[in-house]
Amino acid sequence: MNQFDFASALLDPDLPAPAGLTAWNGSDPAHRFRIYRNNVIVSLIDALADTFEVTQQLVGEDFFRAMARVYAYGHPPQSRLMAFYGASFPTFIASFPPAAALPYLADVARLEYLRVVAYHAADLPGIGSDEVAAALAEQATLPTLKVSLHPSLAVLASASAVVSLWAAHQGILELSTVTTDSPETALVLRHGLDVEVMQISPAAGAFISALQSGVSLGQAAAAVAAIEADFDLVGTLGLLLQKSAITAL
Amino acid sequence: MNKTLTAASLALAFGAAMTVASAPVAAADMADKEKCYGVAMKGKNDCKAGAGTTCAGTSKMDHQGNAWSLVPKGTCEKTMSKTSPTGHGQLAEFKEKKA
Amino acid sequence: MTTIPCFVSPTAGTSAARAAALPARGGLGLKPEHFRTIIETRPDLGFFEIHAENYMVDGGPFHHYLTQIRRDYPLSIHGVGLSIGGEGRLDEDHLDRLATLIARYEPQSFSEHLAWSSHGDIFLNDLLPAPYNAATLHRVCDHIDRVQERLGRRMLLENPATYVEFAASTMAETDFIGEVVKRTGCGLLLDVNNVYVSCTNHGRDPQACIEALPLAAAGQIHLAGYAQDIDAAGAPLLIDSHGAPISRAVWDLYRYTLERTGPLPTLIERDNDIPALPVLLAEAQQAEELLQACLSEAA
Repeated sequence: MNQFDFASALLDPDLPAPAGLTAWNGSDPAHRFRIYRNNVIVSLIDALADTFEVTQQLVGEDFFRAMARVYAYGHPPQSRLMAFYGASFPTFIASFPPAAALPYLADVARLEYLRVVAYHAADLPGIGSDEVAAALAEQATLPTLKVSLHPSLAVLASASAVVSLWAAHQGILELSTVTTDSPETALVLRHGLDVEVMQISPAAGAFISALQSGVSLGQAAAAVAAIEADFDLVGTLGLLLQKSAITAL
Repeated sequence: MNKTLTAASLALAFGAAMTVASAPVAAADMADKEKCYGVAMKGKNDCKAGAGTTCAGTSKMDHQGNAWSLVPKGTCEKTMSKTSPTGHGQLAEFKEKKA
Repeated sequence: MTTIPCFVSPTAGTSAARAAALPARGGLGLKPEHFRTIIETRPDLGFFEIHAENYMVDGGPFHHYLTQIRRDYPLSIHGVGLSIGGEGRLDEDHLDRLATLIARYEPQSFSEHLAWSSHGDIFLNDLLPAPYNAATLHRVCDHIDRVQERLGRRMLLENPATYVEFAASTMAETDFIGEVVKRTGCGLLLDVNNVYVSCTNHGRDPQACIEALPLAAAGQIHLAGYAQDIDAAGAPLLIDSHGAPISRAVWDLYRYTLERTGPLPTLIERDNDIPALPVLLAEAQQAEELLQACLSEAA
């Protein structure tokens, strides 16, 4: 036996148990090997169930575990940091035919993954009024200013009611009132110790995403204002400041 | 609005944003999509940390469900979409596709 | 019997938190579910243990709570991902992350497993067995040498729970571990449940296995609950599930062990079906009663 054979057999239930295993009482070692096989696949499915809790509630445990099983065998972890296992699970869901009737499912999973990333993101303080005042004092350079956002922050623009669907599973909304195919944009960030999910306008989402990609304040605001005349620049900046989500100017 | 934002208008916006940021959060009606802007929602479980490591085995058996023949049966059955007002759209069984 | 100096702290406090070694008391695995309860109630407990990999994240609540808890309690860092028994080279990036974590929290103890868990790019998230022979011995010793060199400290190696054996094995597990300890100078994390589970699974006598281990090198004990299955011949096959209270048989084997080692820091491991903190504290208390009995017998 070498570890390649052992690992291959763990990850492919159709392969026989590796050669060279024994049992003290002469019993079939393949029967014993299934304990390892089961430990691996169940631990991976459990890991996905921990991260994608709402996704599981939406499709039910049986469907979720069966779907997670297909994913886990095809995409075993490539990191020892299990907290981040399943980064590609939402994309897998999007192309998984049995889930095709639920077009919102992949984005709900994306939102859940962003929450985990936000939970563990680095701690950085938001800027205070002094820093804003200093930037305002240099008014001429404001349009070229780069805005650094908190590492926990992410925007998810969805064609589905991703925030409402998620909120309905937190007891915030009644699920029967959610129209799943209403587009929603989610803002995810950690404020203090709490991961927060907010619904923001698509324009605010585009603006924040532009800032995140390194575009200057003036360019980001102008680009979004060109598409959406009603874009609420004050409200969006206010929200970012209030959530300590601007970490440097 | 002008395509180019002047430094002065940005300064005004930023100044106003500081006022917005320091104001107490107005309780907004979640059902109203326009007003829920900026209302933070926290998950039920604020320990939501994703998966953890294990150094144990498990006695929970993998049921080896065939995902290709299963139909989602969870809270999705309570949702509705514009295109499928009766609920969850068409939930069909899929034959396993193996190359 | 050798007696090990036993530091019994009446209450958790800064002095115990800064002591050089884990106290010979009961400890618990630190679970996020219990962060707040621990900070609010400050239970009287010997130490907490964390899985290193869960804290290899940039920031957020895990570091926030662990930093607070570390101020008041001694800490054991237990790795689950180093793959010391792996055929491949040790992952130096992972070792760097481990060194960073250890520098940050200054744990009284660092331990890892006699097992492998990754192959090539793939992390299998389980502790897998290796044959006990010269090739494995050489590799495991090289890996432990490197870990101890990189971390600048002695590590403890945990005996595994296994479900199969290998035709390629040429040594008993206890002899293998004894040889690793002798060659690398590492200590032993004696998982009493693993001894019981493996001995049951492989038709060996648990008490004889305890005696055959390098007990003088034991620096910590793990206790946990197992689940029961059967093999193809109908013989009992125990699974180290960490999902149940510690069995009577393992408590008995623990007592038997303490009579030979003297009191040692003892961790109650519960990773599945985690109950409320008081339930686990009661199990830790049960271990402390045996530790106390062992101390008074020694005196």
